[in-house]
Amino acid sequence: MGDLATYAFTGIGLVFFAAGSAGLLRFPDVFSRLHALTKADNLGLGFIALGTSFQAGSWRDVALLALIWGLMLLAAATVSQLIARDALRERDGE
Amino acid sequence: MTLALDATLCGLIVAVALATVLGRGVFRAIVFFIVYGLLLSVAWVRLGAVDVALAEAAIGAGLTGVLFLAAVGKLARTGAEAEPAPGRPHLPAALACAGLTGALAWAWFALPEPERPGSDLAAALPRAGVENPVTAVLLNFRAWDTLLESIVLLAALVGLWLLARDEDWHDRLGLPQHVRPGGVMESFGRLLPPVGVLVGIYLVYIGADRPGGAFQGGTVLAAVGLVAALAGLIRTPRVTGHLWRAAMVVGPLVFLAAGVAGAALGAGFLTLPEPIAGGAIFAIEIALASSIAVTLAFLVIGPPERGHRR
Amino acid sequence: MTGPTLYALTGAALVGIGVFGLISARHLLRRVVAFNLIGSGLFVFLGAAGARGGAADPLPQALIITGIVVALSASALAVGLVVAHARASGRPALPEEDEEA
Repeated sequence: MGDLATYAFTGIGLVFFAAGSAGLLRFPDVFSRLHALTKADNLGLGFIALGTSFQAGSWRDVALLALIWGLMLLAAATVSQLIARDALRERDGE
Repeated sequence: MTLALDATLCGLIVAVALATVLGRGVFRAIVFFIVYGLLLSVAWVRLGAVDVALAEAAIGAGLTGVLFLAAVGKLARTGAEAEPAPGRPHLPAALACAGLTGALAWAWFALPEPERPGSDLAAALPRAGVENPVTAVLLNFRAWDTLLESIVLLAALVGLWLLARDEDWHDRLGLPQHVRPGGVMESFGRLLPPVGVLVGIYLVYIGADRPGGAFQGGTVLAAVGLVAALAGLIRTPRVTGHLWRAAMVVGPLVFLAAGVAGAALGAGFLTLPEPIAGGAIFAIEIALASSIAVTLAFLVIGPPERGHRR
Repeated sequence: MTGPTLYALTGAALVGIGVFGLISARHLLRRVVAFNLIGSGLFVFLGAAGARGGAADPLPQALIITGIVVALSASALAVGLVVAHARASGRPALPEEDEEA
């Protein structure tokens, strides 16, 4: 049962990662690429963390996985904001 | 199946390393180098070296990446960002490097098979005072290496500070950061440090028994300080700050004191006798982590530069 | 092929790539990056040697952690020298190679 949930959730997560990577490669400008990366990859990582938490031995490990996901969300949100602001400045500067 | 995973990982690592060396633009090379460091830390987990993986992710990818990115910014400030024209393709150099790789590969297959690894170590471990064998080697069995390493860190920082111009000497370290008040970077700088400090201290504390230790924890603490400085929440100190200088040398000093204590107890310099080993290593770890955190952060920030005044 | 052998060959390849980068790059910062590639390639080689025969040997691990920290401090000093050189000469490359280009 747990293994099945792991397969399902990490599978969904991988699909999101694939979509995010495709967006990164195919989208035309910085802003849409950031959109693809942050939205899809954060969700993908969340699903992978959810999937792996079914393999965790204790609630402590689950909490650690959740903490890692939360930190990644925080970092990704901040970094994408900073990149977007820099890109805006560069576009308006030209 | 696992070999397929390893082969994919190794292929990726080599590809990213090639992109680092061959790609256009120094900024791109640095971004690839950071990706390379992160992939490499996964490789260390695959090799069963979790302590090294932590160090590689925190120092190899994290701090080194920040150092290089900041260097690009500093070069742009000097007006020397123009990329020199790439040289002609070096065919002889490429062949020589391929030969070097070939020679290393040959050396690998010529290496004699090891005896059961760590049999002497396993016998000595119960007397080390800690359960994590890597910490035991670092701070007890090969304490000389680690003591000298902490002094190398100090020497590198002194060398870096010597590069400061005379008129900048009394300025704060590095360049001032301009951050929009209430912006994302400032919020990030407020949110991250509490978690980061907790993780750093936990890594130092847990290092006696599980993967972690003074280097990994100290690096996380250094990174927290860098984030806070980048977010403009703390101002970087001055070269002349006595408290910071004390923090830089406390690690080597406590280490030396423990070494002398070992000699006084008759075990020999830097040999920790079993009764005091556990406590001594704990004291060294805490002092060393403080010194490593401060020294690494200062190394990444760089020497004092003009720009704070004006 | 076993896991450690695979990683050892990767490490050998990384050393080759790093030396090539060190020789061919003109931008001094790229040379420092390439130097880091050489170092980490050697770490992988050493780590793979320690991972033979099952459990990872803690002795090379401790040496590698020491090495990673020393590599960072050397890189920081090198970057400081590159910035100081660029500030003095206005170019992030060595003068003799500037003329050659």
